Amino acid sequence: MSDAVPDQIYFEDIEVGDNIPELEKNPSSQQLVQWAAGSGDFYQIHYDTSYAQDTGLDDIIVHGALKHAFLGELLWRFAGPEGSVKRVQCSYRGMDPAAQGRESAKDQKFLLRGTVTRKYTEGERNFVELNIEGVRADGSVSTPGNGVVVLPSRG
Amino acid sequence: MADKEFESVITDEMRALIGVKGPETISELTTTSVRMFARSVGYVDPVFYDEAAATERGFRSLPAPPGYLGTPIFNPAESDATFGGRRGGGGFRSPYPLVLNGGTDIEYTGEQICAGDTLTSSTALASLNERWSGALGVPMLIQVSETTYTNQDGKVVAYSRGTGISYPAPGS
Repeated sequence: MSDAVPDQIYFEDIEVGDNIPELEKNPSSQQLVQWAAGSGDFYQIHYDTSYAQDTGLDDIIVHGALKHAFLGELLWRFAGPEGSVKRVQCSYRGMDPAAQGRESAKDQKFLLRGTVTRKYTEGERNFVELNIEGVRADGSVSTPGNGVVVLPSRG
Repeated sequence: MADKEFESVITDEMRALIGVKGPETISELTTTSVRMFARSVGYVDPVFYDEAAATERGFRSLPAPPGYLGTPIFNPAESDATFGGRRGGGGFRSPYPLVLNGGTDIEYTGEQICAGDTLTSSTALASLNERWSGALGVPMLIQVSETTYTNQDGKVVAYSRGTGISYPAPGS
């Protein structure tokens, strides 16, 4: 488990090309049910295998908006307690299965990562733009996107 | 990859909805709803769970995690039983029964969004497109909609842009 409150990083410490700390998830059917309650999206393709298969899917899939929220958490952690998340954008290019059953072999590791693409100051606010993505265990990217965070300055 | 040919389902009536704002939706954020959302994503930062930790960090109450723009007030008379929002969305209805989420883009203005807030939003259809899904073997209708969220003080707190994909049942 990573630290509950991430360390603060400052605008001056960031360079274009930097990779930010990664975040690893393992979305399970339990997490999808928690997300259904948390988000209000009770579409059955996310918890009912038979229903998912009736719609042409192989099995239940992770909610797109949950993958967006994972990327939001990646940026929240990067921005730190004094920073803030300005924008989270992503596309759902592929379906991601959920871990089911009790064996760890059924894990569905999902990695969130990001790279700084630009930094700039507007007014008194310091912005950092990033390429962000959700990556499956086999290394393929199902959820590419972009993010913007506001970081504090050391000054 | 050449698209397989298929008949368009986009009508003039559907095109006429582009740019037209739908009815307002009222969404609430409570301490319980913020905790439930944060828990479902897997946050461990106490700022989302402990009000003292939140106020110490400068928030009015528990802040909304990125992606959470409140829970639409549910009323079975007008809410969608599956998705919770207003039934029929902003007036646009796809002729296809099945849906997938194509993408999400949320931009924040910098105003705090916290438990205790009430957000008013309205959605307008921004574009309609169609393409063939090789993976599912069916045509897909791709709708982009844009939503503006305003808080109880009349301040715009966020803009969102959602891409919805609808399609007929494979083999139907």
